[in-house]
Amino acid sequence: MGIKILTEHIDVPGIETFDVYRKQGGYTAVEKALKTMTPDAIVEEVKKAGVRGRGGAGFPMGMKWSFLAKPEGVPRYLVCNADESEPGTFKDHYLMKMIPHLLIEGMIISSFALGANKSFIYVRGELMYVIHILEKAIAEATAKGFLGKNILGSGYDLELVVQPGGGAYICGEETALLESLEGKRGNPRNKPPFPAVKGLYQCPTVVNNVESIATTAWIVNNGGDAYAAIGIGRSTGTKLISASGHINKPGVYEIELGVPVEDFIYADEWCGGIRPGHKFKALVAGGSSVPILPANLALTLANGEKRLMSYESLSDGGFATGTMLGSGGFIVFDETSCIVRNTWNFCRFYHHESCGQCSPCREGTGWMEKVLHRIEYGHGHQQDIDLLVDVAKKIEGNTICPLGDAAAWPVASAIRHFRDEFQWHIDNPSEATQPGAVYRGEMALV
Amino acid sequence: MTTETNNSAVEFTPERLTKAKEIIARYPEGRQKSALLPLLHLLQEQEGWTSPEGMDYVARMLDIQPIEVYEVATFYTMYHLDPVGKHVIEYCRTGPCCLMGGEEVYAHLKNRLGIDAGQTTVDGRFTLKEVECLAACGMGPVFQIREKYYMHLTNDRVDEIIDELSK
Repeated sequence: MGIKILTEHIDVPGIETFDVYRKQGGYTAVEKALKTMTPDAIVEEVKKAGVRGRGGAGFPMGMKWSFLAKPEGVPRYLVCNADESEPGTFKDHYLMKMIPHLLIEGMIISSFALGANKSFIYVRGELMYVIHILEKAIAEATAKGFLGKNILGSGYDLELVVQPGGGAYICGEETALLESLEGKRGNPRNKPPFPAVKGLYQCPTVVNNVESIATTAWIVNNGGDAYAAIGIGRSTGTKLISASGHINKPGVYEIELGVPVEDFIYADEWCGGIRPGHKFKALVAGGSSVPILPANLALTLANGEKRLMSYESLSDGGFATGTMLGSGGFIVFDETSCIVRNTWNFCRFYHHESCGQCSPCREGTGWMEKVLHRIEYGHGHQQDIDLLVDVAKKIEGNTICPLGDAAAWPVASAIRHFRDEFQWHIDNPSEATQPGAVYRGEMALV
Repeated sequence: MTTETNNSAVEFTPERLTKAKEIIARYPEGRQKSALLPLLHLLQEQEGWTSPEGMDYVARMLDIQPIEVYEVATFYTMYHLDPVGKHVIEYCRTGPCCLMGGEEVYAHLKNRLGIDAGQTTVDGRFTLKEVECLAACGMGPVFQIREKYYMHLTNDRVDEIIDELSK
């Protein structure tokens, strides 16, 4: 089954309560950290662990922590990004709902390591029921002396605040999140200055994903070296994968990084294979923004080796033949899926969620959506495919935040790998617009 | 300067007022504007929607300009800027739910209610809204009514839910 760092106790009845969580060894990492470790020693362990940001960017968490400015007399903040909204991703939702104290424990350790006395968990507003679960967990932890003033007699004070968002994907971008937390529209900020220097309320701030913060309890208990020994190469540790689409067992799975993609899809302990009677057509491996891959490239690298569930292996070959691990939003498509329709759907999402600050994204996502819509609905022009490639190219890299890239990549990759399918829609509008019609031309189904 | 027009109608109930004060107190001195999104949720929970009068009330409570509230309320999709029905159905229209038959179930739901997205049934019982990904992709198709998620939707399941909420 492989090692479980985050989900080992997730099925224990009552694990959402303090007492049961404590009985399973919960909060021992807080005791160890506050009683026997210095903040710098914790940062050092997290660095050694090599854990990379689990929200999607994959930036090493320990390095991010070490950038935090520490001017005298200025408060520092830790903000947990629980604004999970990337289509295909539902792991943080699951983790917070099932085992809220794991996040609380991680928040205490991380806040102590960074010298923050007030920390925030920014949860997407749609998850109001999860906010209630977290608030209850915080109240329990406070009552038991693990939060509040002088935690466990260590002299360290910490207050945790759970903040609801208002329904905006863009607030998952860390500077937009900070704007939102200050009570403003979620418009991303220009960088520099980076949040580590000027973040929340213009004070030094670290923003980390739920899953990243949750790893710190295990790292403190077992050491950074032990964490780094799990996984493969620079993809250390485990990763929560949200599996959805045409598979037998959708759900959230914790895997050791390095599992072959093929095993993850077909093994019974994970996705359990493609639904009966169907074939594997395409994969979005890390949330809607990462490049879509046809089945053969999803399973094997260009050189014929097995592709693995790791940062490096998934991106092997660059965007020509690879993709990204991203947030771990693993969406599987069988042969009944229309790539054009799905691309239009994703593009509509990014158009809807663009904050509107940068013209390339605000206008470009709208144009791509319109062009994709007309191709899907039988009114495509011969030049539309090249037009889409051109618009995507002009958005990419030309915006303040990565939402522009996130919108461009699915379109560019769908055309790169499934161009014939787009062309078929344009050449055969009456056939392509029949209910349930899907391109059945030459392609490698597995 | 705050506007003083036509706003006496909306006020938090005593319990919500206490809750609002607790929320405002969570932020550092001078950063009370951080309470804006939570207070708008509280307002909508009480009033059913985010009315102009309610927004002015929140502006006064936080000592900020009404425009600072309007610009936020119009940015985020969860705030209903028009009156809504008793039950607001927020239906996920994003890719992973569609793969699981989300579009067919959505068509059935619209038929059943006799309304399109953005509309309210004549009896005022249901409002239908289309939303983007609700972070429940493995359990799709999904819709949400207030805090509750309804997952693994089928046409039959939709009928059951609507029947139940119509009683």
